[in-house]
Amino acid sequence: MTPRRQQRMVLIAIVFSGVAVSAGLALKAFQENLLFFFSPTQVEAGEAPDSRNFRLGGMVVPGSITRDTGSMTINFVVTDYAHSIPVQYTGVLPDLFGEGQGVVVRGQLGETNNFFAEEVLAKHDENYMPPEVAEALAQSEKAREL
Amino acid sequence: MIPELGQLSLVLALCLATVQATLPLLGAAQGRADLMALARPAAAGQFVFVIAAFLILVQAFLVNDFSVLYVATNSNSALPVAYKVAAVWSAHEGSLLLWIAILSGWTFAVAAGSRHLPDVFASRVLGVLGIVSVGVMLFTLLTSNPFARLQPAAFEGNDLNPLLQDPALVMHPPILYAGYVGLAVPFGFAVAALLSAQLSQEWARWTRPWTIGAWIFLTIGIALGSWWAYYELGWGGWWFWDPVENASFMPWLAATALIHSLAVTERRGIFKSWTLLLAITAFSLSLLGTFLVRSGILISVHAFASDPARGLFILVLLSVISGGALILYAIRAHRMNQDGGFQPLSRESFLLLNNILLMLAAGLILIGTLYPLFVDALGMGKLSVGPPYFNLVFLLPTLPLVFLMGVGMHSFWRTMPKSVLVKRLKIPIILALLFGISFPLAVFGRATILTLVGCVAGMWVVAAAMLEPAQRLIKGDGSILKIRRSQWGMMVAHLGVGIFILGVTVTSSYSIETDQARAPGDSWELAGYQFVFRSTRDVIGPNYQAVEGEFEVRKDGRLLTVLTPQKRVYRVQQSPMTEAAIQSGLRQDIFIALGDSLGGGAWSLRVQYKPLIRFIWLGALIMALGGILAASDIRYRRQKQNQSQSSHDIDGSVAEII
Amino acid sequence: MSRYLIPLMILGVLAIFFARGLTLNPGYVPSPLIGKEAPSFKLPRLKDPSLTLGSEDMLGKLSLLNVWATWCVGCRQEHQYLNELAQNNVIPIYGLNWKDDRVAAVNWLNTLGDPYVASAFDGDGRVAIDWGVYGAPETFLIGQDGSVIYKHIAPLTNEIWEMEFLPLIQKHCQKFSCSSGDLE
Repeated sequence: MTPRRQQRMVLIAIVFSGVAVSAGLALKAFQENLLFFFSPTQVEAGEAPDSRNFRLGGMVVPGSITRDTGSMTINFVVTDYAHSIPVQYTGVLPDLFGEGQGVVVRGQLGETNNFFAEEVLAKHDENYMPPEVAEALAQSEKAREL
Repeated sequence: MIPELGQLSLVLALCLATVQATLPLLGAAQGRADLMALARPAAAGQFVFVIAAFLILVQAFLVNDFSVLYVATNSNSALPVAYKVAAVWSAHEGSLLLWIAILSGWTFAVAAGSRHLPDVFASRVLGVLGIVSVGVMLFTLLTSNPFARLQPAAFEGNDLNPLLQDPALVMHPPILYAGYVGLAVPFGFAVAALLSAQLSQEWARWTRPWTIGAWIFLTIGIALGSWWAYYELGWGGWWFWDPVENASFMPWLAATALIHSLAVTERRGIFKSWTLLLAITAFSLSLLGTFLVRSGILISVHAFASDPARGLFILVLLSVISGGALILYAIRAHRMNQDGGFQPLSRESFLLLNNILLMLAAGLILIGTLYPLFVDALGMGKLSVGPPYFNLVFLLPTLPLVFLMGVGMHSFWRTMPKSVLVKRLKIPIILALLFGISFPLAVFGRATILTLVGCVAGMWVVAAAMLEPAQRLIKGDGSILKIRRSQWGMMVAHLGVGIFILGVTVTSSYSIETDQARAPGDSWELAGYQFVFRSTRDVIGPNYQAVEGEFEVRKDGRLLTVLTPQKRVYRVQQSPMTEAAIQSGLRQDIFIALGDSLGGGAWSLRVQYKPLIRFIWLGALIMALGGILAASDIRYRRQKQNQSQSSHDIDGSVAEII
Repeated sequence: MSRYLIPLMILGVLAIFFARGLTLNPGYVPSPLIGKEAPSFKLPRLKDPSLTLGSEDMLGKLSLLNVWATWCVGCRQEHQYLNELAQNNVIPIYGLNWKDDRVAAVNWLNTLGDPYVASAFDGDGRVAIDWGVYGAPETFLIGQDGSVIYKHIAPLTNEIWEMEFLPLIQKHCQKFSCSSGDLE
């Protein structure tokens, strides 16, 4: 093998090993950052993980939003009309959050099946329902008919 | 009556585009000059009719013609004039018309600026551009007609989404599209080269300025989008790895790799198949982005109303255009002769590594963006991939890339002796380590390893980029004036990257972001600034009502400014919107947004301190400036005077760095 | 030569996944309500709140339930056609006024024509949720027994009526007897 070829091989080997290391790290980051989506029914059925972040979506039950005056913490209930999960969130809410609207929250389950949200996700406009939420609602409707 | 004229105009444009897409290619294959000669007039005619259609749509918005469905859905008579114009491209149908208009603009520019190209080649380029035009025009006319009527007409429009009623949003789509669509030009050049089964260094010289041009628009467009998201979405974030953001970033990475690959092909005549593949990939990623945004397949803040039927059409379009090009590539690419070797330590080698790393980053981002789709398609659940994955996956290839940037800039072609390299880079390395480590520690008093690495990396790129001009300036013999514009372009663009890196590193490491509950009369401190919440009051705007908060910002007791963030409710859509107030400066931004009314007069606030955040967009602008310098280099303009004899390979006779 | 095929193959794989992904879009998936009994509801009527309109009122005949609102431009688009259907007595149309302003909605109907036998006022959108509605306009085809035969999303046009609804109605009427009052 000519010296030039040899040097090329070394170069390629370095690049490949770099890529392999990157791929490994990337996969690891990947696994830890996959956020699964669950509906209230699925959470109720125990399908959602206990100590990992996940996303919960559904409708905000009208009349369920409560806030202590002056407090940054609010409580509300997310439902897919088959099951409901109480959610607590401390922080600033997105503009399009409201009763009777679709919502997706990211956080973890607490000990008493309360959901502690770290992030409340906004929809883009009044009339758009996140497809995941719509499908979850449709699924629960299907289940109710049976 | 007039909207129908708009539709007719578009149909006429489609006819001309069809001529442009077929006959010149036929002529090129058969060597018939009369058919090839049709390319330029067809392109010009197409341009005229497309612009006419576009202007008619604009007119419909300006006169509040609510008998046009698209106008009724996106406009309102109370909308300020500038936003009526912006509303033209605020939703799917109109933005497609904008896409077509910009494509016909680029096509026209190529038609006008290609007189020095051999006819066969120019016809092929224009023919390919014509095919793309035909595809998108068919899509628009058949599934997304912006001129469709609403009978009976609405009395009043639905209003423009308040989120879009903003100056940056007026400019962001046209500039971004100019970039996206502009990548069709190098794509056309690449396919033309494949059709001719030959690719010369001259070809690279022709293609490069067009590529840089599209890249400039893409850079500015992405930066605008990021800046807008920062001050408009009310969160203080400037990049979210949102699928649509990724969809614009991946073509940018590919275009950057393409520019560098073209440099090698132009200079040394190698990397030809890489360059072709990158040109095809860049535009394909552009089309892919269009698909992702409009098909409803991915959920995102940006996504247009989803419609699977439209999604299918775009998918077919993407498959035909990209698939066709890739088939041609598979058949013909191996014929592109490669000659010229290079040592492992050489500019070519570093540029090759550069491109591999750029495409690696793009590939990993693509995987992260599409993974939720794959999982859903396989029925394995619904998930999303979080930003930490993208941050890591982008950082990993970028760190070696940044290091290489400084090294590659100062390397010779063919072979670079290690000793010379070390000698040249001694100063930038020292400066980078010195300032990169001391700056964060001195200013902020603390730093993590990652922060130091980032600062050193940013300083390294800045120092390496400006080394040559600085040395010549110090020598004082006027040699600084001898630096060619394309060299300035490279150095300035890389300088922009360095500044960008510094901005990202410092903001990510030292930003302070707080959510606080405050009532009028409260005062607090953040990052060395003192804040006083004075009061709130109600205000009325042209098409909204708002609550406005008044905040004093002081430093060392001295009043800096009074910030007035608003919480607006737009009347027609009854949708609330946060309007943040920002005290901006080169060194830092102070950011206040009203959150929610907490009762008892109290409000939740988002108060943020963001050091060096302006460097992010400043860096991008400087990058774009570098591009302008590079693209306007004399050797691209001199082409007009030379009648080129097609397959002469030009070997760089002047020993130059570029 | 073979390595030059790799990009094309990658594109092919992606295209397959995208095509599959498109079909998964909730817009494409037929409502899980189809074939099932329509969700029961009883709401105050739009024009006369002292009266109610509910799923029971729709039994005994083929009918349409149209979800509409004044803020929905697509509803305005299809309104002319709904008026035609009503004028020609093709099929009874019931309205579900979704998350709307009552006064505005009544004015809308008075100005543009009222194709509905009656409209139910679903101010907070609860009933719409039961029906799986996530956008307007949407039109449901309901059978005599109160089952959901079909759901159409987006404005109703003559083409859609003839190409999607009529064939389903004909098939339905072959199985269940449709009296002359139902449909020609």
